[in-house]
Amino acid sequence: MQKYLFLGDEAIAQAAIDAGLSGIYAYPGTPSTEIMEYVQSSGEAAEKSIHRQWSANEKTAMESALGMSYAGKRTMVCMKHVGLNVAADPFMNSAITGINGGLLVVVADDPSMHSSQNEQDSRYYGKFAMIPVLEPSNQQEAYDLVHYGFDLSEKHKVPVMLRITTRLSHSRSGVQSREKKNQNILNLPSDLKQFILLPAIARVRYKGLLNSQSAFIESSEKDGNNLFIPGSNRKLGIIACGLAYNYYLENKIASDLNYPVVKINQYPIPFELIQKIASTTDELLILEEGYPLVEESLRGFFDQPYTIHGRLDGFLPRDGELNPNIVATALKIAQPDFPNVPGIVASRPPAFCKGCSHADVYTSLNQALDLYSKGRVFSDIGCYTLGALAPFDSINSCVDMGASITMAKGASDAGLSPVVAVIGDSTFTHSGMTGLLDCVVESTPITIIISDNSTTGMTGGQKSSATGRIGEICKGIGVLPEHIVSVIPLKKNHEEMVKVIKNELEYNGVSVIIAERECIQTAARRHREIKVEPVKNK
Amino acid sequence: MMKSDIILAGVGGQGILSIAAAIGMAALEDNLFLKQAEVHGMSQRGGAVQSHLRLSNEDVASDLIPMGKADLILSVEPMEALRYVPWLSKDGWLVTNTASFVNISNYPDRETILGEIRKMPRHVTIDADKIAEEIGSSRSSNIVMLGAASRFIPLSVGNFHEGIRKIFGKKGEDIIKINIIAFEAGRTACEQYLDK
Repeated sequence: MQKYLFLGDEAIAQAAIDAGLSGIYAYPGTPSTEIMEYVQSSGEAAEKSIHRQWSANEKTAMESALGMSYAGKRTMVCMKHVGLNVAADPFMNSAITGINGGLLVVVADDPSMHSSQNEQDSRYYGKFAMIPVLEPSNQQEAYDLVHYGFDLSEKHKVPVMLRITTRLSHSRSGVQSREKKNQNILNLPSDLKQFILLPAIARVRYKGLLNSQSAFIESSEKDGNNLFIPGSNRKLGIIACGLAYNYYLENKIASDLNYPVVKINQYPIPFELIQKIASTTDELLILEEGYPLVEESLRGFFDQPYTIHGRLDGFLPRDGELNPNIVATALKIAQPDFPNVPGIVASRPPAFCKGCSHADVYTSLNQALDLYSKGRVFSDIGCYTLGALAPFDSINSCVDMGASITMAKGASDAGLSPVVAVIGDSTFTHSGMTGLLDCVVESTPITIIISDNSTTGMTGGQKSSATGRIGEICKGIGVLPEHIVSVIPLKKNHEEMVKVIKNELEYNGVSVIIAERECIQTAARRHREIKVEPVKNK
Repeated sequence: MMKSDIILAGVGGQGILSIAAAIGMAALEDNLFLKQAEVHGMSQRGGAVQSHLRLSNEDVASDLIPMGKADLILSVEPMEALRYVPWLSKDGWLVTNTASFVNISNYPDRETILGEIRKMPRHVTIDADKIAEEIGSSRSSNIVMLGAASRFIPLSVGNFHEGIRKIFGKKGEDIIKINIIAFEAGRTACEQYLDK
């Protein structure tokens, strides 16, 4: 047992290693990336031969994890909230198949959309799949709930979701570790038909899942993760979920509050505890990070009208991350006037790094498209999405991983010509390849620029499954070799790039332009490491 | 009760996470409780970044510092220092580098920024980039700023040295040494500023 200073993400990773993890599967996505990165850099994980390679996307990650669970081992799959949309099919069905080795699905939500295109609340997915969900309020609980989660998963034979949010993922605090467990031995399910979801079997398994719900609720009520904390001021009862508890605690200490509290770290919702607090207080205030999931459930729960405050009646904002001040306002604690940010302070949005290859791609693309009216460039998720900002103003869409190619195809089908898709290398192998096949099958007139920086850049430079494979993949899918063109995005190649793009825009079929130059961040890191190498060997 | 709530401010890539790590390590020497919320991901690409660092001899509740409660804003860039003044407490200090990081076209006039900073009742301004250059390590300006702000953080100089030693340990003795020099130069510059 050891004391660590851990990000929430790192606490989860070390806990999984300590709990007998045999394999972690993930695709990079802020704020979940550091979980896999921690395991990859852990000497202990290497020694224990824990599987720790990135997957092509969240769906392949989820399925691989399910396969490892089938083989009896403990496994964890990690993703950001929108990644669960990609993995939703295996995720939903894994609740029906059930598990063999413990399976933990870690999903990191991003309320306030610090680095995301929406702020969906993954607890709804947990409820949708009807599996237990754990939601820690701090780094130590994140560590402890991983241990508990694996045990719970194996006890009830279902996957368990661990839901965190950006603030906990990327906040550091002290964590005490526990005794380490050995990995499970290879052990196939006792019923070898458990994972065959033919309707006849699926119906039986689904009834089993429904029958397990009361046991999940009992675990929520009795296992000690959900607590009733008595208080003397019964005018208000607080229901605080996950991280939101900290913001209540901050105000409790600062303003000497003493309301009864139900602290929720585990779902299904512990209705007995909620009955208990409701029966002794006049009103309830629900504090939850994300959507009003608990609040919505409670509003339809009581037989008699009961006053409930939260995100739905304006006590808290309907959207965005909570913080101590927002919670103070909901608690009717008077807030002083804070000094304003001086008017001269300009916003400083993220931008391409100096020397970034994507910038050269957009400069050339803008010139090549000069002849045509605006609004024909469909882009995707990655650093190159910053092409939306000045001075480039190059792109017209960013929706979900891989959507550049398929949205461009749809617009082309509607009659827009020429159309361009701009997609990164890692995004292309994540979800772009199948869309390319659709284009090839129909010989869609489309110019696809794969802006290949040989890494997963926006999340900090993780290994890209695409590196060195893109040309062969495009050929294999059926793009004509003469319309797979490689360029090196450098200022000095600008004229050549404009010419290549113009040529392909005029072609009435599928073109792929591979603009390949290594990310300058990963290149710089590589050079630093090479320089340091001889010292290491001494 | 001892507590120190610090907002670290700067632009992605300027090394505020190294400052946070050094303070965190220094605090661990005293077995203090701490929480430190960082910004990862999209904003790291040349955008405004901030970190909330909370030290206490009691358990820390919120990962985020409430508005009006920060004891210190430590900024490695002058305009970024001003972005977080709603968090500064009435008695709090604003300690900032005066060297601008200009990567936007509408960056305000430098003198206007410094004028706004001088309006703050408790402030220290240091040209950390210049000091870092003078000691021959232009990459250490973040640690110069840590040195400058260190006298407003209730930890001993020895603890800070130990923190610097821990975070730069892997990079060898020379890097540790130059960063300790940077720290001391910043601390001295702050004292000189306050004496004026």
